[in-house]
Amino acid sequence: MKFTVNGTEHEVSVEDDMPLLWVLRDELNITGPKYGCGIAQCGACTVMLDGQAVRSCQVTADELEGTEVTTIEGLGTPDALHAVQAAWVEHQVAQCGYCQSGQIMQAAALLDMNDDPSDEDIDQVMSGNLCRCGTYPRIRAAVKTAAKTLQEA
Amino acid sequence: MPSLGKIARRTFLIGSAAIAGGVAFGVYAAQRPFANPNLDDLPKGSASFNPWVIIDSDKITLIATHADKGQGIFSAQAAMIAEELDVDLDQVEISFGVPDKAYYNRAAIDVMAGFPMYDNSPTAETVRGFLGGIVKLALPLMATGGSSAVPDSYDKLRQAGATARETLKLAASQQSGVPVEQLKTERGAVILPDGSEIAYTALAGAAAGITPMADIPLRDPKQWRILGKPMERADMVEKSTGTLTYGIDFRTEGMLHATIKVNPRQGGAMVGFDASEAEGMPGVKKIVEITGGVAVIADNTWRAIQAAEAIEFDWGEAPYPAEQDAHWELLSNTFTDAHLNAEARVEGDVEAAEGEEVVGEYRSPYIAHAPLEPLNATILVGENRVDIWTGHQIQQYVEQFVAEITGVDQENVHLHNMFIGGSFGHRLEFDFVKQAAEIANQMRGTPIQMTYSREEDFAHDFPRHITMGRGVAKVKDGKVTALDIQIAGQSVMRSQMGRMGMSLPGPDAQLHEGAWDAPNFNLPNLRVRSYRTEALAPVSSWRAVGAGPNVFIYETLLDEAIHKAGADPLAERIRLMGHEPSVKVLEAVGEMCSWTGPNIGEGRGRGVAYGFSFGVPVATIVEVTATDAGIKLDKAWVAADVGKVIDPVNLENLAQGGTIFGLGHAINCEITYADGMAEQTNYHDHEGMRLYQCPEIAFRPLEIGTKIRGFGEPPIPPSAPALGNAIFAATGQRIREMPFYKHIDFV
Ligand code: FES
Ligand code: FES
Repeated sequence: MKFTVNGTEHEVSVEDDMPLLWVLRDELNITGPKYGCGIAQCGACTVMLDGQAVRSCQVTADELEGTEVTTIEGLGTPDALHAVQAAWVEHQVAQCGYCQSGQIMQAAALLDMNDDPSDEDIDQVMSGNLCRCGTYPRIRAAVKTAAKTLQEA
Repeated sequence: MPSLGKIARRTFLIGSAAIAGGVAFGVYAAQRPFANPNLDDLPKGSASFNPWVIIDSDKITLIATHADKGQGIFSAQAAMIAEELDVDLDQVEISFGVPDKAYYNRAAIDVMAGFPMYDNSPTAETVRGFLGGIVKLALPLMATGGSSAVPDSYDKLRQAGATARETLKLAASQQSGVPVEQLKTERGAVILPDGSEIAYTALAGAAAGITPMADIPLRDPKQWRILGKPMERADMVEKSTGTLTYGIDFRTEGMLHATIKVNPRQGGAMVGFDASEAEGMPGVKKIVEITGGVAVIADNTWRAIQAAEAIEFDWGEAPYPAEQDAHWELLSNTFTDAHLNAEARVEGDVEAAEGEEVVGEYRSPYIAHAPLEPLNATILVGENRVDIWTGHQIQQYVEQFVAEITGVDQENVHLHNMFIGGSFGHRLEFDFVKQAAEIANQMRGTPIQMTYSREEDFAHDFPRHITMGRGVAKVKDGKVTALDIQIAGQSVMRSQMGRMGMSLPGPDAQLHEGAWDAPNFNLPNLRVRSYRTEALAPVSSWRAVGAGPNVFIYETLLDEAIHKAGADPLAERIRLMGHEPSVKVLEAVGEMCSWTGPNIGEGRGRGVAYGFSFGVPVATIVEVTATDAGIKLDKAWVAADVGKVIDPVNLENLAQGGTIFGLGHAINCEITYADGMAEQTNYHDHEGMRLYQCPEIAFRPLEIGTKIRGFGEPPIPPSAPALGNAIFAATGQRIREMPFYKHIDFV
């Protein structure tokens, strides 16, 4: 099937039930989205599919035809950080960092829908993303900073 | 007689027996530095002044050998060098370097010297120095663990920066004719009196011919430009943009993916297997046997995992009790003289002490490490060379084990250490590396990336040991007068070192760590005894190791006693504490939350706990509200004395993260065995804490102690008892067993 990742069109032929996560990581070598659990419990694999945050371990190849996928690599780059990434750097959120691709994609999706999230909104939307290192207080603060930046933009 | 090196490699020479045996060796040998490994194949025109600094005509490279699993030591090591070298972090490249004994960890041994870490007496220091010498001669291991990376690095990396700087100045002086005293250094350049600059990179060729300077006095911390101030961690942008390459992200030409299945009854045999269905599945290249199981090699990780799932196995029995209840029963029968590990502390006479008794029994379960990056390693076995790409905390052993498996000389086995997506002790183990080596050895010439499925990671984790505690406290006239604590557990160190082919003579100090060394010098009667069994599930070091369960036992019993005495939990802890830095952290945490007592009305309660581990006194107060839906964690305050702060921002992150780690597992997590297998298979039944449960966490670091300390583990131990004590304050319900959710609901 044909689909677009970060603006580039790709054609892959894989089994229908291969999860998007593994299409990205092992077929296309796009390794920003991470494997953590494979069962929608950790959020490390979060990407945007047609603008919606999804767990890429739960989206299968047969659903991809004609879609547009954005991974962390497509959100911003070290030289051109997205507002959420800039907030993550400002608050020095990451410890091991392995969950952060997913956290950042989830936060960016949240702010797309709601540019002024309350504490409860943040708790609700971000709780599906597990951080084993415990960076939650900084994630909360960074989401708020990013919201402010985006509101002012 | 075997050589000292041999004895020490096979039986870790730690603890009383080895010292009493009086092994003698020349002080000279212990003080002589190891050769600089960078000189082995240094290109002409490059200079390496010591193992940590390399400069050539176009760049400055700083070597940061401690494994980084999220604690930030990669950046911190570079900052220590940069401070004295007079470069900024944006001017340098940082490398994990190559495994070599020049990078051996001198500080990791201090915690095992048999003296409490607050004991700075000449005797304690002599023994630590002596052990340091043995380690260097016999077991010069690069290792990251025991919260030792900062203390190990602090002096030697600043010294590395200083010697390189002074040598560069000498080269500049020779080149310019200006006396050294008139030269300054700044941002990677030597500054001449007329203001002109010579970049370090331009001096590399000249400096390479100069014998590096030695014993340069270090700068007073008051002059620091980088250290002690908020830093931007060197890995932060990459970690925020998905551009950091973890081991699992490593890619190389022709690489295939693999996964394994070994007996989930840990250490049990594989009786047989049927892979006929798996063999024909898409992408499968080969199915091979490895020790205790099978590996599937495919062109994609998911395909390998799918095929592995399709294999039918006949697994042998577990070499430990099959059911969890039997584990607890066995442990409860371990409190006997025959199982005595150590009578670790005896003050006064707990039996003769007068007072009303408080009696309690406490339990701490098995817990998985479950870092978010599943275990993985990529190995290429070539003609006469092996390359390994993975992240590990004990690098030389990785090379040694892979050399043994592949038959390639260890000097031709090269580990490229990678960033690690969390460890918590998981990356101290070697099975995953050995398995990857066994696979790659059967696929010579093809790079193989072996990745555990999350389910395999849970099934094959060696969890934190289970612990049972029994305590009797006595109270009289409103004061705690005696604590008598017995702790029984599986010996972590024997289990873990056994898998490394080493034996541990004598007691396992982890079974009483955090309890025997509690600096309650004003408590007249204190006894701590530990009991040991080895008949349970294989276990491993889990962040904070013994101090986690032991501080939970100690501080819960103490809290019960204080309540019985009718005293204030904070004031009584301060009264019992004779150790000045510990008094200060307790006072600090009380001040931070404006402590007025455990009950603050409206269903809210506060609990305090203190923990001493890895040389760091930490005090934590947790505040909870008892709501209709269950316990809600509102706030936590943490104060700790780390001696010296390297990066206040990263330190705060570790304080918050460590507290969350301690609280999350205390509330939510356990591994239990049924039919010999761990019942928990993925994060849905062992998740730690999620964001909605996370309290606000305030942190205050103190700099009182004379030694700098690492902080990766110390925030863990007091967090669980502080929460348990807060729940008691809010509800009157005393919880003596983790995970707490089995006894009370949480929001
Ligand atoms: S890997 Fe997809 S949610 Fe964990
Ligand atoms: S930073 Fe390590 S899992 Fe989140």
